[in-house]
Amino acid sequence: MSAAAIAVRGIEKSFADVSVLRGVDLDVQAGSIFALLGSNGAGKTTLVRILSTLLKADAGTASVAGFDVAAAPADVRESISLTGQFAAVDEVLTGRENLVLVAKLRHLQDPGAIADRLLAQFSLVEAGGRRAGTYSGGMRRRLDIAMSLIGDPPVIFLDEPTTGLDPQARLEVWRAITDLARGGTTVLLTTQYLDEAEQLADRIAILHRGTIIQSGTLAELKKLLPPAKVEYVEKQPSLEDVFLALIGETEPPERSGASEGEPS
Amino acid sequence: MSTHVLADTSVLTGRSLRHILRSPDTIITTAVTPIALMLLFVFVLGGAINTGSGESYVNYLLPGILLITIASGVAYTAYRLFLDMQGGIFERFQSMPIARSSVLWAHVLTSLVANVVCIALVIGVALLLGFRTGATVGAWLAVAGILILFTLALTWIAVIAGLSAKTVDGASGFSYPLIFLPFISSAFVPTDSMPGPVAWFAENQPVTSIVNTIRALFAGQPVDGEIWIALAWLAGILVVAYGFAIVIYRRKVR
Repeated sequence: MSAAAIAVRGIEKSFADVSVLRGVDLDVQAGSIFALLGSNGAGKTTLVRILSTLLKADAGTASVAGFDVAAAPADVRESISLTGQFAAVDEVLTGRENLVLVAKLRHLQDPGAIADRLLAQFSLVEAGGRRAGTYSGGMRRRLDIAMSLIGDPPVIFLDEPTTGLDPQARLEVWRAITDLARGGTTVLLTTQYLDEAEQLADRIAILHRGTIIQSGTLAELKKLLPPAKVEYVEKQPSLEDVFLALIGETEPPERSGASEGEPS
Repeated sequence: MSTHVLADTSVLTGRSLRHILRSPDTIITTAVTPIALMLLFVFVLGGAINTGSGESYVNYLLPGILLITIASGVAYTAYRLFLDMQGGIFERFQSMPIARSSVLWAHVLTSLVANVVCIALVIGVALLLGFRTGATVGAWLAVAGILILFTLALTWIAVIAGLSAKTVDGASGFSYPLIFLPFISSAFVPTDSMPGPVAWFAENQPVTSIVNTIRALFAGQPVDGEIWIALAWLAGILVVAYGFAIVIYRRKVR
C-alpha cells in the first residue's frame, strides 16, 4: 500500500474577501498518521471540511481514497469519517444509542453488537447507558472517536482531537489514534500542539497563512535547523560546594569552562 | 444513495422523537399556551362576544386555537434544527454516506408527530369545556388532513428559520407573527365586527378560510368554496416554504 490515501493539489478557499487557503499541496500515504500543524486560524479546519465534502474549494483538486471530493462526494463519504473539533455526539442520547445511530446510518448489520464492541474497546461499558451529555470531556471524545470507527472507513479525519482535554484524557485519545494506524487506517489529524504531532505522526506538515510552508518526517523537519551545537556554560557553585569549602575538608571543586556560549 | 432515503429518514426520525420523549416538556409547553388562551376566551372574554352563530363559543373558537397550537409547536422544530447545526452533529451526518434530504425530513416528520400529540391534548381539554361536534368520519378526516397540511406548511417555514438563524432566539422567534395571525381573523370574533381595512385583511388572509372550513366541518355544514381557498393557501405556502428551505439547505451543505 504505497498509494496516496489523500492527495491535495493547489487547493484555494476564501470567505468573503479573506483568503484562508492559498494553494495547499499535500500527500498522505495510506495507513499513516499525518499531522497538520498550525496555529489558530491557519486554515486547518477549512482544509478538513473541504476534504470531508462539507465545503467546496474555490480552486485546486483533492482526492480521498482515490475519489475526487468535488466529482464523487458520495464515494468520498463512504470512505471517510470525521471527528470535529467540538465533539459531535448527540447529548440527549446515551453513549450506546449514539453508536447504534451511526451504525444504522452506515447501513450495517447488527448495530447493537457493533455498539457493544466499541463500548468495550473504549472503556465506556459502564457509561454506555448514560446520556452523552453527562460525560466528561475525555469520555465524550472517546465516544466521538468510537463513532468515527463504525464501518471501518479507510480514512479518518480528526480535527483537533485533544483540544481542551486534560493530560490523562489526552493520553487515552493518543492511544486510540495509534491503535487506529496500527490497524491500517489512514489518519489525518490537525493539531496546534507540537508535542502531539511529535508523538503521533509519521509525517508532519506545517500550515501557515494558508499554505504548507514545510512538510516531512520529524527527523527531516529537525534537519532544517542548523545542527545541534555544544555550549559551555559557567557552572555556579552549589550549596554543597560552598558548604564543603567553608568547613575546609576538600579543595573547592574545579570549575569547568570559564567562557559562556562559545561554540565548539 | 437515494435508495437509503426512507431508511435514513426513519432512523433520524427515531432519533429526534427520542429527544422529545426525553424532554416531554416541549409537548406540554406547546399545549399549555393554547389551552390557557382557550380558558381565557371561553370563561372571561367569550361571554361578551356575539358570534351570531348561535352555537357554543368553545365550538366557535376551537379551530383557531388548534392553528395557534401548531404555530407555537413548530417553533421547537426550528430550535432543534438550530441546535443540531450548532452542536456539530449536523456536520457529522453530512460527512456520512446518507441521503442528505433525510436530515431535514426527519425533523419535519418529528414535528408532525409532536403536533398531532399536542392537537389531541387540546381537543381533549376542549371536550371537557363542552366542545361538541356531530362531524362525520369523513369530516373528521378532512379536518385531520387540513391540520396536517397546515403543520407541514408551517414546519417548512420553521426549517427556513432553523437553517438561517444566527442565535437560538432567532430560530424560534419567527413563530410569534404566526401565533398572532389567528387573532386578526375570524378565529375569535366574526370579521364583520372589525373596522374596514382590518376586516379586509382578516377576510383575505389564509387563517380565516382555514378556520371557517374547519368550523363548518365540525358543525356538519356544507363547506362551499371556502375549502378550496383554504387548500390553495396551504398548498401555496407549503410549496414556497419547501422550495426556499431546500435552496437554503443546498447552499448550507455545499
